Amino acid sequence: MEKIALNVREHIIKMATDGGCFIGASLSATDLMVYLYTRFLNVNKDNLEDPDRDYLFLSKGHDVPALYGTLAELGIIEKSRLANHLSLNDHIYWHPNTHIPGIEFHSGSLGHLPSVAVGVAMDIKISGGNNKVVCILGDGELNEGTCWEAVLVANAYKLDNLIFVIDRNQFQANVRTEELIPLEPLKDKFEAFGAAVKRVDGHDFGQLEEAFSAYPFQPGKLNVVIADTVRGKGLPSIEERADRWFCNFSGQEIDQLLLELHGEAATTLTSETLIVR
Amino acid sequence: MTYEELLTETALANEQVVVMTAENRALVRNLPGILGKRFIDTGITEQTMVGAAAGLALRGRIPVIHALTSFLTMRAFEFVRTDVGIANLPVKLSGFIPGFLSDGNGPTHQAIEDISLMRGIPNMTVFAPADEDDLVKMLPAIWQSKRPAYTRINTRKTSYQHADYLPGKAEVIAEGSDVTILTYGLLFEQALIALDILKSEGLSVGLINMRSLKPVDEQAILNAAKSNLVVTLEDHFLTGGLYSIVAEVLLKHRQTANVLPLALEERWFKPALLPDVLQHEGFTGKQIAEKILGYRTTSEQPEILLTEFSE
Repeated sequence: MEKIALNVREHIIKMATDGGCFIGASLSATDLMVYLYTRFLNVNKDNLEDPDRDYLFLSKGHDVPALYGTLAELGIIEKSRLANHLSLNDHIYWHPNTHIPGIEFHSGSLGHLPSVAVGVAMDIKISGGNNKVVCILGDGELNEGTCWEAVLVANAYKLDNLIFVIDRNQFQANVRTEELIPLEPLKDKFEAFGAAVKRVDGHDFGQLEEAFSAYPFQPGKLNVVIADTVRGKGLPSIEERADRWFCNFSGQEIDQLLLELHGEAATTLTSETLIVR
Repeated sequence: MTYEELLTETALANEQVVVMTAENRALVRNLPGILGKRFIDTGITEQTMVGAAAGLALRGRIPVIHALTSFLTMRAFEFVRTDVGIANLPVKLSGFIPGFLSDGNGPTHQAIEDISLMRGIPNMTVFAPADEDDLVKMLPAIWQSKRPAYTRINTRKTSYQHADYLPGKAEVIAEGSDVTILTYGLLFEQALIALDILKSEGLSVGLINMRSLKPVDEQAILNAAKSNLVVTLEDHFLTGGLYSIVAEVLLKHRQTANVLPLALEERWFKPALLPDVLQHEGFTGKQIAEKILGYRTTSEQPEILLTEFSE
């Protein structure tokens, strides 16, 4: 898993030029996606249409470079397609879309996929399947009221086949979550809404394994995993910096960042950081 | 002058102005320090921001509120309609990255039905400046009005110097008897290029920068309809935008015209960087001119600048 995660981070860094991408959020979610796809989810290139497959919904959406990279590492999409980022000849752009095999639903407008995931989980309950439904949310995304409506409804319908995974990287687009719209105590909030909650280090595969192997956490309860992560994880010159969210680096800076990823050099970045949302 | 400079000046001159954002700070980055308590960031909560803006307006404030247009006009639509529209409160919506300006974001971020939605709300007024110069010329009147207003924010820099803004009036750039192009917002830049190409092909060409889409300058549309061909040019769905507005005005005045609509028909546009989007969708000045002419020319398309912010 460590090797795959490193490869995925390389893919992400290479997408942060010629128009750029949301590099910070992608790097915080990388280990979560790699863990889920390699250990937890029954999803592979041969069962993408199988109604009994597991589902992953990427709700915050701008972390999609991590998903593109993971899907490429799993052989679900060709690695060569990653070079088509923002090209008119492909569908690899700043938010997820279903032209990419393995992507179940488009996103980019926050707070939508918790409800879509609720609907899929409801049908699995009605139809009597054993599929698991995972929805990855950003912590800033939890500002949107619809996230909490989905938790209320999931609780009402006892959707213990549904897992909300919170990429708790402590940042909104521009500022720290706790400095703008505080979320803590976050575990208590979800528990008060009726969910069974585990809080783990989202970069520690051992802790992720321990948490997810306990699925379903409690019969009849929505599962919530709060994964504490670091925005920009793997690149010290980007980590936990509010102004390194959406970045469009020069080719030279990309080369430096790849060296930095492998622990070889500290990087000096001069590119303007762009703010999107 | 930039948008942020104008907003700063306006807010400092009028204590009643409050600046709000649903965590979209690109255009208001320096305002927290300058405005203190009159800068309110509600986080990623477009609906609550609009409702709260209505509450602030009830107390006499003039909220200038910011979010990406798709979320401001669509996610919060019913709050805009019900809390701002029904109550007719002076809430000023600044929608960021409308139309093609969302370039590589994809359909979730493409606001190409915003004009249609916003002009359908009683009391709401709707504006679409051509570039930054046009924007700062229009906004003082928009913000001074007592009515709710939606503005398609466009901070593109062009070399064009616009005429002063008269509320509700279009800007007539050129008059012509063969073709008149009606447009608004970002595509004004390309319409100017098309104008030159069409003229060099020997046509008598008019160009009108609509500026205010509600209220709309009916006389400008009726005058344009005297041309042999009227072109409506917009980065919006065909339904509900300028083409619809022209149809409504002509019908109201029992007029008819040959109209060529250039808009997005029943589909979202291909996400990519802005110059690629315009080329792919057929909205460069050269492509616009050639669609009007019905033949290819040897004219050159000037380079299209990337968006200053990716948002």
